[in-house]
Amino acid sequence: MSASTTSSVAIPPGLAIAKALPDLMLPVKVRRGVIGFLRNNPTVAIGGALLLTLVLIGIFAPYLWTVDPTALAPAKRTRPPSADYWFGTDALGRDVYSRVLYGTRVSLTVGLSVALLATLAGLAIGLVSGFVRWADGIVMRVMDGLMSIPPILLAIALMALTRGSVGNVIMAITVAEIPRVSRLVRGVVLSLREQAYVDAAIASGTRAPMIILRHILPNTMAPMLVQATYVCASAMIVESILSFIGAGTPPTIPSWGNIMAEGRALWQVKPYIVFFPAAFLSVTVLAVNLVGDGLRDALDPRMAKNL
Amino acid sequence: MASYVLRRILVTIPVMAIVALFVFSLLYIAPGDPAAVIAGDQASPADVERIRQSLGLDRPFLVQFGSWLWRILHFDLGTSIFTNLPVTSMIAQRIEPTLSLMMLTLVLTLVIAVPLGVVAAWKAGSLIDRVIMAFAVSAFSLPVFVVGYVLAYVFALELEWFPVQGYTPISQGFWPWLQNLILPSIALGCVYIALIARITRASMLEVLQQDYIRTARAKGLGQRGILFVHALKNAAVPIVTVIGIGVALLIGGAVVTESVFAIPGLGRLTVDAILRRDYPVIQGVVLMFSFLYTLVNLMVDLTYTLIDPRIRY
Repeated sequence: MSASTTSSVAIPPGLAIAKALPDLMLPVKVRRGVIGFLRNNPTVAIGGALLLTLVLIGIFAPYLWTVDPTALAPAKRTRPPSADYWFGTDALGRDVYSRVLYGTRVSLTVGLSVALLATLAGLAIGLVSGFVRWADGIVMRVMDGLMSIPPILLAIALMALTRGSVGNVIMAITVAEIPRVSRLVRGVVLSLREQAYVDAAIASGTRAPMIILRHILPNTMAPMLVQATYVCASAMIVESILSFIGAGTPPTIPSWGNIMAEGRALWQVKPYIVFFPAAFLSVTVLAVNLVGDGLRDALDPRMAKNL
Repeated sequence: MASYVLRRILVTIPVMAIVALFVFSLLYIAPGDPAAVIAGDQASPADVERIRQSLGLDRPFLVQFGSWLWRILHFDLGTSIFTNLPVTSMIAQRIEPTLSLMMLTLVLTLVIAVPLGVVAAWKAGSLIDRVIMAFAVSAFSLPVFVVGYVLAYVFALELEWFPVQGYTPISQGFWPWLQNLILPSIALGCVYIALIARITRASMLEVLQQDYIRTARAKGLGQRGILFVHALKNAAVPIVTVIGIGVALLIGGAVVTESVFAIPGLGRLTVDAILRRDYPVIQGVVLMFSFLYTLVNLMVDLTYTLIDPRIRY
C-alpha cells in the first residue's frame, strides 16, 4: 500500500471535508516539585506562608525589638499602644508586644507536639485495632467511652490533678485527642485490608508486620497528615482556653491564653490587652486550618468538591 | 421499632460505664501525687493525708471504684472539698443558666446554619456560596472567647444594644433573659454554625444530584419546595449526626463563654473549682456533661427512624 493512497482519494462532487475541529484539550502544564504543588494549591501556600512567618516570629522573638516579657514596671501600668509600647502594657506594666511574641512559642510548641504525639499514639492504636480482630471490640468500646467526654472537660479534669506546666498541658490535650485519630486510622485500615494487593501480599506469604509497613502504613499517611493539622489547630485553641480559665500553662509563662486571662479584668477599659493575643491566636489557627483544608483537597479529590 | 429503641438504650449503658470508669481512674492515671497537688504547696502532711482519705486514694482501686459507682447510681457525686456541700446540689443550683445558654445556642444555630448550608449548596460555585464557605472556614478558626470579646465590645460596650455581662433567670421574664443571653449564644454558636453549615452543604450537594430531584423539577415543583421538602429531608441524617457530635463543642465552649460574659452557670462553677483545686466538683461536672452528651447522641440515633422511614431495625 503506497503512502499516497489516503491523500489522493478523489472527493466526490457535492461533498466537502469538514474543517479540523479546534483542539479541546488545552495543553496541561505539569507543575512539579514543592513550588509546583504550592502553585496548584494556593490555600496550602497562603496557610503555609502565614505559619512559617509565625514559626520564625517564635524562634526569633528575642531579636524582634522585644524586651523581657516578664519584666515588671509598675510605674508604666496599662499604657495604651504607642511608639514605645507597640501593643501597650498590661496591669503589671509588662510589655504586651513582647509577651504576645513570646506567646507564639507556647502555642506552636503545644500545637505541634500534640499533633505529633496524638497522631503517633492514634496510629499505633488504630493499626492494632484494625488488624487484631479480638482487640478491636475492646479498644473501640474504650475509645467510644473516651469520646463521650467532651475534650475540653477531659483536659480540664487532667489539669486539675497535675501541676500546671507546658508538658502537662501537652499530655492532657493529647489524651483528649487520641480517640478521634485512632478511629480514623482504624477506618482506613479496615478498608485497606479488603484491597486486592493486601490479599496478594497475604497469599504470597508476607508476614503481618511487613504488610503493615509496606502496604497499610503508606496509605494511611495522607488522611493522617490532614487529621494532624486539625488536631494541631484544635490543640492550640484548647491550650489557650485552658490557660484562659487558669488550668493551663503557669502564669509565669507568657502564653496567649494567660495574657488574655490577665487582661480579662480590665478588658472593658483596656481592650487591647485581650485584643492582640486574640488576633494572633485566630490568625495562627486559621493558618493551620488553611493548610489542612488545602491538603485535604489536594490529597483526597473526592472530598474536595463537597466540603 | 420498640426493640430497636430498647437495644440502643442497652448499648448506651456500657458506654456510660466506661465513661464512669475513665473519669474515676483519672485520679490514678494522673502523673505525680494528686492529693499533694490538690492540697496545694502550703499544705501540711496532715492536710495532704486528709485529702487523700477524702478522695479515697488510701483504699484499693476496685474497692473505691465500687463504692464510688454505688454512690453515683444513687445520684451522689460526693462533697466539695472547699464548701463541704454535696456536689449534686451545687450543680443543681448552677444548671439553669448553662442549659438556657446551650438551648438558645442550639435553636439559633439551627435557624442560621441549615438555611446557610442549603443556599450554599443550591448556588454551589457562585459568589454567595463562596462567601458562606469563607465565613465557615474563618468562623471555625475563631476561638469562642475571641468572638465573645469582639461581640461584647461592639454590641454591648460601643453600641450598648445588649448588657455587657450577667444573667437574668427566665422566671424574671423572657425578654431580660433573652437580652442577656443573645451575645453569649452567638459567640458560642459561631463554630457550631460553621460546622453545621458545612455539613448541610455537603449533604445537600449529594442529594441534589439524585434522580428524584430531577423528577421533582421536571414535574414543575417550585425551587423552595424541592430544596426544603424533598432535598433537605433526604439530606437530614448526616446533618442530625453532626448536630449531636457538635454538642461536645457547645459543652466545652459554654465553660469559656460563661467566664467571658460572667454567667453564673456550670462553667463558672468549673472555673472556680479549678482555681480552688476542688476536684470532686470538677469530677461531678465532667461526669454529668459526659452523660448528657451520651444521652443527646442516643436521642440523635433514635431520631434517624423518624427522619428516614427506610431506616428500620
